[in-house]
Amino acid sequence: MSTQMTKTNDRQARMGLLARAEPARLAALMPDLPPHDWLRAPETGAVMVQGRVGATGGAFNLGEMSVTRCALRLKSGAVGHAYVQGRDRDHAARAAAIDALMQGPSAERIEADILSPLRRDEAGHRRVRAEKAAATKVEFFTMVRGED
Amino acid sequence: MYVATKGGERAIDAAHDWLAEERRGDPAVPELTIAQIREQMRLAVNRVMAEGSLYDPDLAALAIKQARGDLIEAIFLVRAYRTTLPRFGSSHPVETCDMAITRRISATFKDVPGGQVLGPTFDYTHRLLDFKLMADGEAPTAARKPADPEPAPHILALLDRDGLMEPLAHDGATPRDLTREPLELPADRPLRLQALTRGDEGFLLSLAYSTQRGYGRTHAFVGELRIGTCAVEMEIPELGFAVEIGEIELTECETVNQFTGSKTEPPQFTRGYGLVMGQSERKAISMSLVERALRWEELGEENTGAPAQDTEFVLYHSDNIQATGFLEHIKLPHYVDFQSELELIRKLRRAVAPERLEAAE
Repeated sequence: MSTQMTKTNDRQARMGLLARAEPARLAALMPDLPPHDWLRAPETGAVMVQGRVGATGGAFNLGEMSVTRCALRLKSGAVGHAYVQGRDRDHAARAAAIDALMQGPSAERIEADILSPLRRDEAGHRRVRAEKAAATKVEFFTMVRGED
Repeated sequence: MYVATKGGERAIDAAHDWLAEERRGDPAVPELTIAQIREQMRLAVNRVMAEGSLYDPDLAALAIKQARGDLIEAIFLVRAYRTTLPRFGSSHPVETCDMAITRRISATFKDVPGGQVLGPTFDYTHRLLDFKLMADGEAPTAARKPADPEPAPHILALLDRDGLMEPLAHDGATPRDLTREPLELPADRPLRLQALTRGDEGFLLSLAYSTQRGYGRTHAFVGELRIGTCAVEMEIPELGFAVEIGEIELTECETVNQFTGSKTEPPQFTRGYGLVMGQSERKAISMSLVERALRWEELGEENTGAPAQDTEFVLYHSDNIQATGFLEHIKLPHYVDFQSELELIRKLRRAVAPERLEAAE
Protein backbone atom coordinates (compact mmCIF):
# COMPACT_ATOMS: atom_id res chain seq x y z
CA MET A 1 0.00 0.00 0.00
CA SER A 2 2.67 2.45 1.01
CA THR A 3 4.80 1.61 -2.07
CA GLN A 4 1.73 2.27 -4.17
CA MET A 5 1.23 5.62 -2.43
CA THR A 6 4.86 6.59 -2.97
CA LYS A 7 4.50 5.67 -6.63
CA THR A 8 1.40 7.82 -6.93
CA ASN A 9 3.09 10.70 -5.12
CA ASP A 10 6.11 10.46 -7.43
CA ARG A 11 3.86 10.42 -10.47
CA GLN A 12 1.87 13.40 -9.20
CA ALA A 13 5.06 15.36 -8.58
CA ARG A 14 6.38 14.45 -12.03
CA MET A 15 3.19 15.42 -13.82
CA GLY A 16 3.17 18.74 -11.96
CA LEU A 17 6.79 19.38 -12.92
CA LEU A 18 6.01 18.64 -16.58
CA ALA A 19 2.90 20.84 -16.53
CA ARG A 20 4.89 23.76 -15.12
CA ALA A 21 7.84 23.27 -17.51
CA GLU A 22 8.60 25.79 -20.23
CA PRO A 23 7.35 24.15 -23.47
CA ALA A 24 10.46 25.27 -25.38
CA ARG A 25 12.80 23.89 -22.73
CA LEU A 26 10.96 20.57 -22.70
CA ALA A 27 11.17 20.42 -26.50
CA ALA A 28 14.91 21.03 -26.35
CA LEU A 29 15.35 18.21 -23.83
CA MET A 30 13.10 15.83 -25.76
CA PRO A 31 13.06 16.67 -29.46
CA ASP A 32 11.27 13.52 -30.65
CA LEU A 33 8.27 11.64 -29.36
CA PRO A 34 8.53 7.84 -29.08
CA PRO A 35 6.14 5.87 -31.34
CA HIS A 36 2.67 5.98 -29.82
CA ASP A 37 -1.06 5.71 -30.40
CA TRP A 38 -3.39 8.41 -29.20
CA LEU A 39 -5.98 7.41 -26.64
CA ARG A 40 -7.04 11.03 -26.59
CA ALA A 41 -5.43 13.37 -29.10
CA PRO A 42 -4.27 16.69 -27.63
CA GLU A 43 -7.18 19.07 -27.07
CA THR A 44 -7.29 22.51 -25.55
CA GLY A 45 -9.99 23.48 -23.09
CA ALA A 46 -10.56 25.46 -19.93
CA VAL A 47 -10.42 24.65 -16.25
CA MET A 48 -12.36 26.81 -13.81
CA VAL A 49 -9.90 27.90 -11.13
CA GLN A 50 -11.41 28.22 -7.69
CA GLY A 51 -10.39 30.51 -4.87
CA ARG A 52 -11.40 30.52 -1.22
CA VAL A 53 -13.74 33.11 0.30
CA GLY A 54 -11.58 35.15 2.67
CA ALA A 55 -8.48 33.06 1.75
CA THR A 56 -9.46 30.12 3.98
CA GLY A 57 -13.24 29.70 3.61
CA GLY A 58 -15.41 27.88 1.08
CA ALA A 59 -14.78 27.84 -2.67
CA PHE A 60 -15.73 30.46 -5.25
CA ASN A 61 -15.09 30.57 -9.00
CA LEU A 62 -12.18 32.86 -9.77
CA GLY A 63 -12.00 32.44 -13.55
CA GLU A 64 -10.73 29.96 -16.09
CA MET A 65 -7.30 29.02 -17.36
CA SER A 66 -6.44 27.38 -20.66
CA VAL A 67 -5.30 23.78 -20.37
CA THR A 68 -4.28 21.17 -22.95
CA ARG A 69 -4.70 17.48 -22.26
CA CYS A 70 -3.98 14.22 -24.00
CA ALA A 71 -3.44 10.49 -23.38
CA LEU A 72 -1.30 8.08 -25.38
CA ARG A 73 -0.13 4.46 -25.39
CA LEU A 74 3.43 3.44 -26.21
CA LYS A 75 4.30 0.27 -28.11
CA SER A 76 5.17 -1.29 -24.74
CA GLY A 77 1.53 -0.81 -23.72
CA ALA A 78 2.37 1.86 -21.12
CA VAL A 79 -0.26 4.61 -20.97
CA GLY A 80 0.66 8.25 -20.30
CA HIS A 81 -1.58 11.18 -19.39
CA ALA A 82 -1.01 14.91 -19.40
CA TYR A 83 -2.89 18.04 -18.32
CA VAL A 84 -0.74 21.09 -18.91
CA GLN A 85 -1.37 24.83 -18.63
CA GLY A 86 -1.69 26.71 -21.92
CA ARG A 87 -2.51 25.75 -25.49
CA ASP A 88 0.68 23.99 -26.57
CA ARG A 89 -0.26 20.55 -27.95
CA ASP A 90 3.37 19.44 -28.24
CA HIS A 91 3.91 20.32 -24.60
CA ALA A 92 1.02 18.04 -23.59
CA ALA A 93 2.18 15.26 -25.95
CA ARG A 94 5.72 15.30 -24.52
CA ALA A 95 4.42 15.35 -20.95
CA ALA A 96 2.19 12.33 -21.65
CA ALA A 97 5.02 10.45 -23.38
CA ILE A 98 7.29 11.04 -20.40
CA ASP A 99 4.54 9.93 -18.03
CA ALA A 100 4.34 6.66 -19.99
CA LEU A 101 8.11 6.20 -20.39
CA MET A 102 8.59 6.60 -16.64
CA GLN A 103 6.60 3.40 -16.14
CA GLY A 104 9.10 1.35 -18.20
CA PRO A 105 12.79 0.45 -18.39
CA SER A 106 13.90 3.89 -19.65
CA ALA A 107 12.73 5.60 -16.44
CA GLU A 108 16.25 6.10 -15.12
CA ARG A 109 17.44 7.70 -18.35
CA ILE A 110 14.39 9.98 -18.58
CA GLU A 111 14.88 10.98 -14.97
CA ALA A 112 18.52 11.91 -15.58
CA ASP A 113 18.15 13.51 -19.02
CA ILE A 114 14.84 15.32 -18.73
CA LEU A 115 13.28 15.47 -15.27
CA SER A 116 16.43 16.38 -13.34
CA PRO A 117 17.28 19.31 -15.62
CA LEU A 118 13.67 20.54 -15.41
CA ARG A 119 13.78 20.31 -11.62
CA ARG A 120 17.08 22.22 -11.53
CA ASP A 121 15.68 24.93 -13.86
CA GLU A 122 12.61 25.35 -11.71
CA ALA A 123 14.57 25.46 -8.47
CA GLY A 124 16.85 28.06 -10.06
CA HIS A 125 13.98 30.28 -11.18
CA ARG A 126 12.32 30.05 -7.79
CA ARG A 127 15.53 30.91 -6.00
CA VAL A 128 16.13 33.95 -8.19
CA ARG A 129 12.63 35.21 -7.51
CA ALA A 130 12.93 34.58 -3.78
CA GLU A 131 16.25 36.44 -3.75
CA LYS A 132 14.80 39.44 -5.56
CA ALA A 133 11.90 39.47 -3.10
CA ALA A 134 14.31 39.21 -0.18
CA ALA A 135 16.18 42.28 -1.44
CA THR A 136 12.94 44.30 -1.20
CA LYS A 137 12.12 43.14 2.32
CA VAL A 138 11.86 46.12 4.65
CA GLU A 139 14.21 46.15 7.60
CA PHE A 140 12.62 48.51 10.08
CA PHE A 141 14.80 50.26 12.55
CA THR A 142 13.66 52.37 15.45
CA MET A 143 15.10 55.81 16.08
CA VAL A 144 15.88 56.24 19.73
CA ARG A 145 14.67 59.61 20.96
CA GLY A 146 15.58 61.30 24.22
CA GLU A 147 18.14 60.33 26.84
CA ASP A 148 16.49 57.36 28.53
CA MET B 1 -42.39 48.49 -42.47
CA TYR B 2 -39.10 47.36 -43.98
CA VAL B 3 -36.17 49.52 -44.90
CA ALA B 4 -33.11 48.57 -46.95
CA THR B 5 -30.87 46.18 -44.98
CA LYS B 6 -28.47 45.44 -47.80
CA GLY B 7 -25.83 47.55 -49.38
CA GLY B 8 -23.35 47.96 -46.53
CA GLU B 9 -21.13 44.98 -47.33
CA ARG B 10 -18.61 46.78 -49.49
CA ALA B 11 -18.34 49.68 -47.08
CA ILE B 12 -17.87 47.25 -44.17
CA ASP B 13 -15.11 45.35 -45.97
CA ALA B 14 -13.31 48.57 -46.76
CA ALA B 15 -13.71 49.75 -43.15
CA HIS B 16 -12.14 46.51 -41.89
CA ASP B 17 -9.25 46.83 -44.34
CA TRP B 18 -8.61 50.33 -43.11
CA LEU B 19 -8.84 49.14 -39.51
CA ALA B 20 -6.15 46.53 -40.24
CA GLU B 21 -3.91 49.19 -41.78
CA GLU B 22 -4.45 51.55 -38.85
CA ARG B 23 -3.74 48.74 -36.41
CA ARG B 24 -0.34 48.22 -38.00
CA GLY B 25 0.42 51.96 -37.99
CA ASP B 26 3.44 53.33 -39.82
CA PRO B 27 5.08 50.36 -41.57
CA ALA B 28 8.45 52.05 -41.11
CA VAL B 29 8.11 51.37 -37.38
CA PRO B 30 8.81 47.72 -36.39
CA GLU B 31 5.72 45.64 -35.69
CA LEU B 32 4.97 44.64 -32.08
CA THR B 33 5.33 40.96 -31.31
CA ILE B 34 3.03 39.05 -28.95
CA ALA B 35 6.05 38.29 -26.76
CA GLN B 36 6.88 42.01 -26.48
CA ILE B 37 3.35 42.81 -25.35
CA ARG B 38 3.31 39.85 -22.94
CA GLU B 39 6.63 40.84 -21.36
CA GLN B 40 6.56 44.64 -21.47
CA MET B 41 2.84 45.44 -21.18
CA ARG B 42 2.34 42.85 -18.49
CA LEU B 43 -0.09 44.81 -16.35
CA ALA B 44 -2.33 45.39 -19.37
CA VAL B 45 -2.11 41.66 -20.10
CA ASN B 46 -3.06 40.97 -16.48
CA ARG B 47 -6.11 43.18 -16.69
CA VAL B 48 -7.28 41.51 -19.88
CA MET B 49 -6.85 38.08 -18.28
CA ALA B 50 -8.68 39.08 -15.09
CA GLU B 51 -11.64 40.75 -16.78
CA GLY B 52 -11.63 38.35 -19.73
CA SER B 53 -11.73 35.70 -17.00
CA LEU B 54 -9.21 33.46 -18.76
CA TYR B 55 -5.65 33.02 -17.56
CA ASP B 56 -3.55 32.82 -20.73
CA PRO B 57 -0.92 35.58 -21.12
CA ASP B 58 -0.23 34.89 -24.82
CA LEU B 59 -3.90 35.09 -25.75
CA ALA B 60 -4.37 38.27 -23.75
CA ALA B 61 -1.34 39.80 -25.49
CA LEU B 62 -2.75 38.80 -28.88
CA ALA B 63 -6.10 40.34 -27.96
CA ILE B 64 -4.38 43.61 -26.97
CA LYS B 65 -2.56 43.71 -30.30
CA GLN B 66 -5.70 42.95 -32.28
CA ALA B 67 -7.70 45.53 -30.30
CA ARG B 68 -5.06 48.23 -30.91
CA GLY B 69 -4.60 48.61 -27.17
CA ASP B 70 -8.31 49.06 -26.41
CA LEU B 71 -8.40 46.88 -23.31
CA ILE B 72 -12.18 46.49 -23.13
CA GLU B 73 -12.20 45.39 -26.77
CA ALA B 74 -9.37 42.96 -25.92
CA ILE B 75 -11.38 41.62 -22.97
CA PHE B 76 -14.31 41.16 -25.35
CA LEU B 77 -12.10 39.08 -27.69
CA VAL B 78 -10.91 36.89 -24.81
CA ARG B 79 -14.46 36.38 -23.51
CA ALA B 80 -15.59 35.37 -27.01
CA TYR B 81 -12.68 32.94 -27.33
CA ARG B 82 -13.29 31.27 -23.99
CA THR B 83 -16.82 30.31 -25.00
CA THR B 84 -15.26 28.07 -27.68
CA LEU B 85 -13.27 26.05 -25.14
CA PRO B 86 -14.67 22.85 -23.67
CA ARG B 87 -14.69 22.91 -19.86
CA PHE B 88 -12.46 20.13 -18.49
CA GLY B 89 -13.53 20.69 -14.91
CA SER B 90 -12.78 22.78 -11.84
CA SER B 91 -9.57 23.05 -9.90
CA HIS B 92 -9.21 22.62 -6.18
CA PRO B 93 -9.37 26.02 -4.50
CA VAL B 94 -5.95 27.68 -4.77
CA GLU B 95 -4.19 27.92 -1.41
CA THR B 96 -2.94 31.47 -1.23
CA CYS B 97 -1.19 30.77 2.08
CA ASP B 98 1.32 28.71 0.04
CA MET B 99 1.87 31.50 -2.50
CA ALA B 100 5.44 32.04 -3.73
CA ILE B 101 5.58 35.70 -2.76
CA THR B 102 6.82 38.57 -4.91
CA ARG B 103 5.11 41.26 -2.84
CA ARG B 104 3.48 41.17 0.56
CA ILE B 105 2.65 44.12 2.74
CA SER B 106 0.45 44.89 5.71
CA ALA B 107 -0.91 48.26 6.76
CA THR B 108 -1.99 46.92 10.16
CA PHE B 109 1.15 45.30 11.59
CA LYS B 110 4.72 46.41 11.16
CA ASP B 111 6.43 43.24 12.27
CA VAL B 112 4.94 40.14 10.75
CA PRO B 113 6.35 36.65 10.24
CA GLY B 114 7.77 36.59 6.72
CA GLY B 115 8.28 40.35 6.74
CA GLN B 116 7.06 43.19 4.56
CA VAL B 117 8.18 42.53 1.00
CA LEU B 118 7.77 45.49 -1.36
CA GLY B 119 8.30 43.61 -4.63
CA PRO B 120 8.24 45.36 -8.02
CA THR B 121 5.97 48.26 -7.00
CA PHE B 122 5.19 51.72 -8.37
CA ASP B 123 4.82 52.91 -4.75
CA TYR B 124 7.54 55.36 -3.68
CA THR B 125 8.34 56.25 -7.31
CA HIS B 126 8.13 59.98 -7.97
CA ARG B 127 5.81 59.70 -10.94
CA LEU B 128 8.16 61.73 -13.06
CA LEU B 129 8.43 60.75 -16.71
CA ASP B 130 11.65 58.84 -17.26
CA PHE B 131 13.01 60.06 -20.56
CA LYS B 132 15.72 57.42 -20.48
CA LEU B 133 13.02 54.95 -21.55
CA MET B 134 12.73 56.84 -24.86
CA ALA B 135 16.21 55.65 -25.75
CA ASP B 136 17.33 52.06 -26.12
CA GLY B 137 18.98 51.18 -22.87
CA GLU B 138 20.59 48.22 -21.23
CA ALA B 139 18.25 45.79 -19.50
CA PRO B 140 18.14 46.75 -15.82
CA THR B 141 18.86 44.11 -13.19
CA ALA B 142 17.10 43.68 -9.86
CA ALA B 143 19.04 43.53 -6.61
CA ARG B 144 19.26 40.14 -4.94
CA LYS B 145 19.82 38.96 -1.44
CA PRO B 146 20.01 35.46 0.03
CA ALA B 147 16.44 34.39 0.73
CA ASP B 148 15.53 32.89 4.07
CA PRO B 149 12.85 30.23 3.91
CA GLU B 150 10.75 31.87 6.63
CA PRO B 151 7.07 31.14 5.87
CA ALA B 152 4.68 34.07 5.40
CA PRO B 153 1.33 33.01 6.88
CA HIS B 154 -1.76 35.11 6.29
CA ILE B 155 -1.66 38.07 8.64
CA LEU B 156 -5.39 37.91 9.37
CA ALA B 157 -4.86 34.34 10.56
CA LEU B 158 -2.96 35.87 13.49
CA LEU B 159 -6.08 37.79 14.51
CA ASP B 160 -8.13 34.69 13.82
CA ARG B 161 -6.07 32.78 16.35
CA ASP B 162 -7.02 35.29 19.05
CA GLY B 163 -10.70 35.00 18.13
CA LEU B 164 -10.84 38.66 17.07
CA MET B 165 -11.75 37.81 13.48
CA GLU B 166 -15.18 36.71 12.28
CA PRO B 167 -15.22 32.97 11.58
CA LEU B 168 -15.55 31.91 7.93
CA ALA B 169 -18.26 29.53 6.78
CA HIS B 170 -16.79 26.40 5.27
CA ASP B 171 -19.59 24.13 4.09
CA GLY B 172 -17.84 22.48 1.14
CA ALA B 173 -20.69 23.48 -1.18
CA THR B 174 -20.13 23.74 -4.94
CA PRO B 175 -20.16 27.47 -5.70
CA ARG B 176 -22.63 28.84 -8.23
CA ASP B 177 -21.01 29.78 -11.54
CA LEU B 178 -22.28 32.80 -13.43
CA THR B 179 -20.68 31.58 -16.65
CA ARG B 180 -22.98 28.55 -16.53
CA GLU B 181 -26.23 30.05 -15.28
CA PRO B 182 -27.50 33.62 -15.44
CA LEU B 183 -26.60 35.84 -12.51
CA GLU B 184 -29.67 35.81 -10.30
CA LEU B 185 -30.33 37.50 -6.99
CA PRO B 186 -30.03 36.95 -4.14
CA ALA B 187 -26.34 36.36 -4.81
CA ASP B 188 -24.40 34.61 -2.04
CA ARG B 189 -20.85 35.63 -1.18
CA PRO B 190 -19.07 33.18 -3.55
CA LEU B 191 -21.18 34.36 -6.49
CA ARG B 192 -20.58 38.02 -5.62
CA LEU B 193 -16.83 37.36 -5.50
CA GLN B 194 -16.90 35.73 -8.94
CA ALA B 195 -18.76 38.72 -10.41
CA LEU B 196 -16.41 41.21 -8.75
CA THR B 197 -13.15 39.51 -9.73
CA ARG B 198 -14.11 39.69 -13.43
CA GLY B 199 -15.72 43.12 -13.04
CA ASP B 200 -14.44 46.34 -14.55
CA GLU B 201 -11.50 47.77 -12.66
CA GLY B 202 -12.59 51.37 -13.16
CA PHE B 203 -16.12 50.71 -11.95
CA LEU B 204 -14.89 48.89 -8.84
CA LEU B 205 -12.30 51.57 -8.14
CA SER B 206 -14.95 54.29 -8.21
CA LEU B 207 -17.33 52.32 -6.02
CA ALA B 208 -14.57 51.48 -3.55
CA TYR B 209 -13.59 55.15 -3.46
CA SER B 210 -17.21 56.10 -2.81
CA THR B 211 -17.22 53.89 0.31
CA GLN B 212 -14.10 55.68 1.53
CA ARG B 213 -15.80 59.03 1.03
CA GLY B 214 -18.76 57.98 3.13
CA TYR B 215 -21.21 56.24 0.82
CA GLY B 216 -21.40 52.95 2.72
CA ARG B 217 -18.34 53.49 4.85
CA THR B 218 -16.70 50.32 6.18
CA HIS B 219 -13.53 51.64 7.89
CA ALA B 220 -11.19 49.35 5.99
CA PHE B 221 -7.54 48.71 6.76
CA VAL B 222 -5.45 46.68 4.34
CA GLY B 223 -4.63 43.79 6.65
CA GLU B 224 -2.60 42.19 3.95
CA LEU B 225 -1.88 42.54 0.27
CA ARG B 226 0.06 39.75 -1.38
CA ILE B 227 1.13 39.06 -4.95
CA GLY B 228 2.80 35.90 -6.16
CA THR B 229 2.25 32.57 -7.86
CA CYS B 230 0.07 29.71 -6.71
CA ALA B 231 -0.09 26.16 -7.93
CA VAL B 232 -3.36 25.08 -9.53
CA GLU B 233 -4.30 21.52 -8.72
CA MET B 234 -7.05 19.50 -10.33
CA GLU B 235 -8.59 16.09 -9.78
CA ILE B 236 -7.98 13.94 -12.88
CA PRO B 237 -10.86 11.46 -13.12
CA GLU B 238 -9.03 8.97 -15.38
CA LEU B 239 -6.14 8.80 -12.90
CA GLY B 240 -8.05 8.93 -9.64
CA PHE B 241 -5.77 11.53 -8.08
CA ALA B 242 -5.06 15.25 -8.29
CA VAL B 243 -2.13 16.79 -10.16
CA GLU B 244 -0.78 20.28 -10.54
CA ILE B 245 -1.73 21.53 -13.98
CA GLY B 246 0.16 24.79 -13.76
CA GLU B 247 0.89 27.95 -11.83
CA ILE B 248 -0.84 31.29 -11.95
CA GLU B 249 0.00 34.73 -10.63
CA LEU B 250 -2.55 36.19 -8.24
CA THR B 251 -3.11 39.33 -6.21
CA GLU B 252 -4.93 38.97 -2.91
CA CYS B 253 -6.17 41.70 -0.59
CA GLU B 254 -7.72 41.15 2.81
CA THR B 255 -9.14 44.12 4.60
CA VAL B 256 -9.79 44.30 8.31
CA ASN B 257 -12.96 46.15 9.14
CA GLN B 258 -14.43 47.19 12.43
CA PHE B 259 -17.62 45.52 13.44
CA THR B 260 -19.36 46.54 16.61
CA GLY B 261 -21.30 43.31 16.90
CA SER B 262 -24.93 42.37 16.47
CA LYS B 263 -27.60 40.48 18.39
CA THR B 264 -25.87 37.19 17.62
CA GLU B 265 -22.22 38.18 17.09
CA PRO B 266 -19.76 39.71 19.55
CA PRO B 267 -17.74 42.79 18.58
CA GLN B 268 -14.99 41.56 16.29
CA PHE B 269 -13.16 42.36 13.10
CA THR B 270 -14.73 41.43 9.80
CA ARG B 271 -13.02 41.01 6.49
CA GLY B 272 -13.41 42.13 2.92
CA TYR B 273 -11.78 39.95 0.33
CA GLY B 274 -10.24 40.53 -3.06
CA LEU B 275 -8.54 37.94 -5.26
CA VAL B 276 -7.64 38.79 -8.84
CA MET B 277 -5.65 37.11 -11.59
CA GLY B 278 -2.24 38.60 -12.29
CA GLN B 279 -0.58 41.54 -10.61
CA SER B 280 -3.68 43.72 -10.19
CA GLU B 281 -3.26 45.55 -6.94
CA ARG B 282 -5.68 48.46 -7.45
CA LYS B 283 -8.38 46.03 -8.54
CA ALA B 284 -7.80 43.65 -5.62
CA ILE B 285 -8.03 46.45 -3.05
CA SER B 286 -11.13 47.88 -4.76
CA MET B 287 -12.72 44.46 -4.85
CA SER B 288 -12.18 43.87 -1.14
CA LEU B 289 -13.72 47.23 -0.22
CA VAL B 290 -16.78 46.75 -2.41
CA GLU B 291 -17.11 43.14 -1.31
CA ARG B 292 -17.16 44.24 2.32
CA ALA B 293 -19.72 46.99 1.66
CA LEU B 294 -22.05 44.44 0.04
CA ARG B 295 -22.02 42.35 3.21
CA TRP B 296 -24.07 44.88 5.23
CA GLU B 297 -27.13 42.66 5.25
CA GLU B 298 -25.55 39.44 6.50
CA LEU B 299 -23.70 41.42 9.18
CA GLY B 300 -26.85 43.26 10.26
CA GLU B 301 -25.43 46.67 9.42
CA GLU B 302 -27.43 49.72 8.43
CA ASN B 303 -28.39 50.14 4.78
CA THR B 304 -27.58 53.77 4.11
CA GLY B 305 -28.77 53.50 0.51
CA ALA B 306 -25.22 53.85 -0.77
CA PRO B 307 -24.56 52.53 -4.29
CA ALA B 308 -21.84 50.17 -3.01
CA GLN B 309 -24.36 48.51 -0.69
CA ASP B 310 -26.80 47.78 -3.52
CA THR B 311 -26.03 44.23 -4.68
CA GLU B 312 -28.20 44.46 -7.75
CA PHE B 313 -26.74 47.79 -8.80
CA VAL B 314 -23.15 46.63 -8.27
CA LEU B 315 -23.36 43.15 -9.78
CA TYR B 316 -25.52 44.09 -12.75
CA HIS B 317 -23.28 46.97 -13.77
CA SER B 318 -19.79 45.68 -13.03
CA ASP B 319 -19.32 43.64 -16.20
CA ASN B 320 -17.76 45.88 -18.82
CA ILE B 321 -18.57 43.53 -21.70
CA GLN B 322 -22.26 43.50 -20.89
CA ALA B 323 -22.13 47.24 -20.36
CA THR B 324 -20.29 48.09 -23.54
CA GLY B 325 -22.40 45.64 -25.55
CA PHE B 326 -25.59 47.35 -24.53
CA LEU B 327 -24.14 50.83 -24.70
CA GLU B 328 -22.57 50.46 -28.12
CA HIS B 329 -25.55 48.74 -29.71
CA ILE B 330 -27.40 52.05 -29.81
CA LYS B 331 -25.06 53.31 -32.52
CA LEU B 332 -26.10 50.48 -34.84
CA PRO B 333 -28.96 51.02 -37.30
CA HIS B 334 -32.25 51.70 -35.52
CA TYR B 335 -33.93 53.06 -38.66
CA VAL B 336 -37.22 51.25 -38.13
CA ASP B 337 -37.46 52.13 -34.43
CA PHE B 338 -36.69 55.73 -35.18
CA GLN B 339 -39.15 55.81 -38.08
CA SER B 340 -41.95 54.94 -35.65
CA GLU B 341 -40.79 57.64 -33.22
CA LEU B 342 -40.92 60.12 -36.08
CA GLU B 343 -44.45 59.02 -37.01
CA LEU B 344 -45.54 59.40 -33.41
CA ILE B 345 -44.17 62.92 -33.02
CA ARG B 346 -45.85 63.98 -36.29
CA LYS B 347 -49.15 62.50 -35.14
CA LEU B 348 -48.94 64.26 -31.76
CA ARG B 349 -48.15 67.54 -33.45
CA ARG B 350 -51.17 67.18 -35.78
CA ALA B 351 -53.38 66.83 -32.69
CA VAL B 352 -52.07 70.08 -31.21
CA ALA B 353 -53.87 73.32 -32.13
CA PRO B 354 -51.99 75.26 -34.87
CA GLU B 355 -51.69 78.47 -32.80
CA ARG B 356 -49.79 76.57 -30.03
CA LEU B 357 -47.26 75.30 -32.59
CA GLU B 358 -46.84 78.85 -33.91
CA ALA B 359 -46.34 80.17 -30.37
CA ALA B 360 -43.64 77.62 -29.79
CA GLU B 361 -41.76 78.65 -32.93
